[in-house]
Amino acid sequence: MATPTAPGKKINRIGLEPVAYRGSKTTLCAGCGHNAITERIIDSFYEMGVDPTQVVKLSGIGCSSKSPAYFLNQAHGFNSVHGRMPSVATGAVVSNRKMIAIGVSGDGDTGAIGIGQFVHLMRRNLPMIYIIEDNGCYGLTKGQFSPTADLGSTLKTGVVNDLPPIDTCILAIELGASFVARSFSGDPKQLKSILKAALSHRGTCMIDVLSPCVTFNDHDGSTKSYSYAKDHEEPLGDVSFVPYFDDINVDYDAGTTTAVTLHNGSKLLLTKIAENYNPMDKVSALRLLRDTSARGEFATGILYLEPDKQDFIELLGLVDEPLATLDVSKTRPGRAALDEIMESFR
Amino acid sequence: MSVTDAAVQEAGPHQHTERIVNDFAIQVATVNGSGSQTANLVLLRSIFQMGVPVAGKNMFPSNIAGLPTWYTIRASANGYIGRKKEVDFLVAMNPETAREDVMSLAPGAAAVYDEPLKLNELRTDLVFYPVPFDKLMQPITHDAKLRRLVRNMVYDGVLSRLLSIEMAQMEKALRKQLGKKQKAIDMNLAALKAGYDYADANLTKQDPFVVAPMNKTQGMILIEGNAAAAIGCMMAGVTFVGWYPITPSSSLCESLIDYLKKYRRDPETGKTTYAVIQAEDELAALGMVLGAGWVGARAMTSSAGPGISLMAEFTGLGYYAEIPAVIFDVQRCGPSTGLPTRTGQQDILSAAVLSHGDTKHPLLIPASVTECYTMSMDSFDIAEQLQTPVFVMTDLDLGMNTWMARPFEYPTKPLNRGKRLDAEQLKRIGQWGRYKDVDGDGVPYRTVPGDGMPAYFTRGSGHNEMAQYSERAEDYSKNLARLARKFETARTLVPRPEVDVVASGKVGLIAYGTTHWAIVESRDQLRNEHRLDTSYLRLRAYPFTPEVFEFIERCDRVYVVEQNRDSQMLSLLRMECTPQQIAKLRAIPHYAGLPIDGRTVTTELMKQERV
Repeated sequence: MATPTAPGKKINRIGLEPVAYRGSKTTLCAGCGHNAITERIIDSFYEMGVDPTQVVKLSGIGCSSKSPAYFLNQAHGFNSVHGRMPSVATGAVVSNRKMIAIGVSGDGDTGAIGIGQFVHLMRRNLPMIYIIEDNGCYGLTKGQFSPTADLGSTLKTGVVNDLPPIDTCILAIELGASFVARSFSGDPKQLKSILKAALSHRGTCMIDVLSPCVTFNDHDGSTKSYSYAKDHEEPLGDVSFVPYFDDINVDYDAGTTTAVTLHNGSKLLLTKIAENYNPMDKVSALRLLRDTSARGEFATGILYLEPDKQDFIELLGLVDEPLATLDVSKTRPGRAALDEIMESFR
Repeated sequence: MSVTDAAVQEAGPHQHTERIVNDFAIQVATVNGSGSQTANLVLLRSIFQMGVPVAGKNMFPSNIAGLPTWYTIRASANGYIGRKKEVDFLVAMNPETAREDVMSLAPGAAAVYDEPLKLNELRTDLVFYPVPFDKLMQPITHDAKLRRLVRNMVYDGVLSRLLSIEMAQMEKALRKQLGKKQKAIDMNLAALKAGYDYADANLTKQDPFVVAPMNKTQGMILIEGNAAAAIGCMMAGVTFVGWYPITPSSSLCESLIDYLKKYRRDPETGKTTYAVIQAEDELAALGMVLGAGWVGARAMTSSAGPGISLMAEFTGLGYYAEIPAVIFDVQRCGPSTGLPTRTGQQDILSAAVLSHGDTKHPLLIPASVTECYTMSMDSFDIAEQLQTPVFVMTDLDLGMNTWMARPFEYPTKPLNRGKRLDAEQLKRIGQWGRYKDVDGDGVPYRTVPGDGMPAYFTRGSGHNEMAQYSERAEDYSKNLARLARKFETARTLVPRPEVDVVASGKVGLIAYGTTHWAIVESRDQLRNEHRLDTSYLRLRAYPFTPEVFEFIERCDRVYVVEQNRDSQMLSLLRMECTPQQIAKLRAIPHYAGLPIDGRTVTTELMKQERV
């Protein structure tokens, strides 16, 4: 534990102050939903007492992908290429299994150029948090439609979107991600709970966060504006998260709340509003997403959860020590091995 | 020139007087998927076991079964293991191509053929040996599928008799090839013997070609370049492999997977000290490799032209963000899908400058299976020393064909992990900046996640010495100039060329990779047939080292021989040569999909010499 600090100084359980979780100053537009998400990332990592030096933060290209520079300055960051952060994250996480990985992508970075890598990341259930900062448009190139834009929504310029959207949550559930959630950048409480739960889960945590673009997509014709999102959000219920290091002493009504134990012993308390909704049932999760989207609404909360699913690191059967730090004595076979191989070619 | 040896004794009737011993090429024309590979490798190995230098080259279609395949085995007492253009002894098993195969032979050549094809009616200037393959197979098995697969063994038996290849060696090679599958061994041995007995009783030796024992292969191995490279990667301590299947590179990663499974598991837990991921495409393969290299793993991928093209964007990121990576390019014929199962050296220029913006990358260029092994190890060291992607440029001929080599030596050099910042270094340099050139060699110090050293933000966008985002002109140009300085450091780290300067050799040859084997033979032809002594420099890497320019200076003219249309290496040389040096350079390009042969080089060089 940390040494005692001056009274009144706020520290977390590993003795760090909130400032240790901050990053550089944001260069995104004032009021951008992405900045609110950055704040929740900072809050959740601070509150969970994650050591920022043991985190890798990755991104693709776009407004969203700039944001890893704005949190966790002590973590190594990697702003990679457009749509291809999943592969970089895969190499990094597999080669150092001890690092906690968080990736930030956008709806274009994920749904268009990066859909191929996104699909395979979900399939592999690589242990990492994958956030889509979803504003339905390409902000950095000045507001073109992205593949998550809703059919019939309009651009500021009046252009109408004539193709149906890709629902990244449905895709993620179908493909094998073991933690799938949707939230809204304007709902700090829910988003923070989801992020904290994600930090306790082993496997791919895919979190689609609706994050209105104040510059290009916050107008009446948009279905990704603040006002639209506020009016059409259908929260699944309260997401209460109890970390393993807190006393689990919560009153809840057994009839309406499900308690899910995550791999590190943390508890996730899901208060059901939708009748018969079970976040561990793939079919009802998919049905919920279809039904709400048919009504022009979007369900938020933890949509799907498979707490015990084997993650990619376990699947690969790697040694416990990170591959990246293995000594040559473990990575270069001895003379006898080479002799045996040579003999096979004689 | 043929090697003659009157002392070789042969049983049976012979009509020719001069024998051509251990200096000819056998070509077996079959259909792919017909099981001919076993028979061909047994034939190759038998000659090798008799101490005769051999080279086996497979010319196969981009197809799984049913299309024509040719396998050429060259026996060469002189040790020439490049391709020999002329076929001396044909085994015509494929009805589809038999006619063309026979028509393309030079007068005096011999052909074993399936009797019903009646190929003997086509020409009168060849030696024909009809063999009733189906009839001979009848007593061996009734299973039609097995009969088709084992049938090829019959021609091994026939050739054993006709070419004096010892049956004991055939049997030994067969056992080696089939391992412990006793039933398969028995059936193949029966077919082998049926072929031998038939030839002994029915065929009269009329051609001059003979294999006689020598002692030039003792202690050697027969191996494909891809397997050799895989062994090198394992011995280099590779910890991460990201790959996507593509001909002709797949067998590199597949061999590597087999070796890693066997030799790189924790003896107690069975857990692996490596990760291999078959990626969704080549973009992801290199993306994973960069992610792995970024956290400090020894990471590699392997591909061929189309995949390398897809890797262009990530290669640029690796160059600019300065992340070590090893990329094997087992070259095949392009452009586009091109001829996926034919060889070439057509990616040299594109690999050297792969990606957009100002980029350049070190290329290591092995010419032999031994260099596939050693350069694989070198490439990981150089990639980490320079913190940049390094290409190993092999080709289909080297990667997928069978070559002789001395057994590989166990590495004695420790791994070079490059400049990694530690507490001591940090104290020495004071303020650390990820892209700060502390030592003047353009190579900065790096940290990796989890090492307890300062973190930094890696990006493909403009950055300053401190790895901060920057669009300042000065930061940008300073950084690019440092990267150029780093490339100068690369010159001091890459393998040096192999130079053979002959005092009287004012005509110079420059070649690289598998073209080397044609040059070895061509230089002898030039000396013996044209009294032309040549000097020779074999490039082993890009960027060029000072020896290259010294060599050009010494020569009156220099022929750059390579297996591509546009003389790609010559273009790279032109970028760095003085105008006087450029004036000396001449091109001998070869682009046929088939490995270049010595005769082609000799003919083309003499044509240009006469002008």
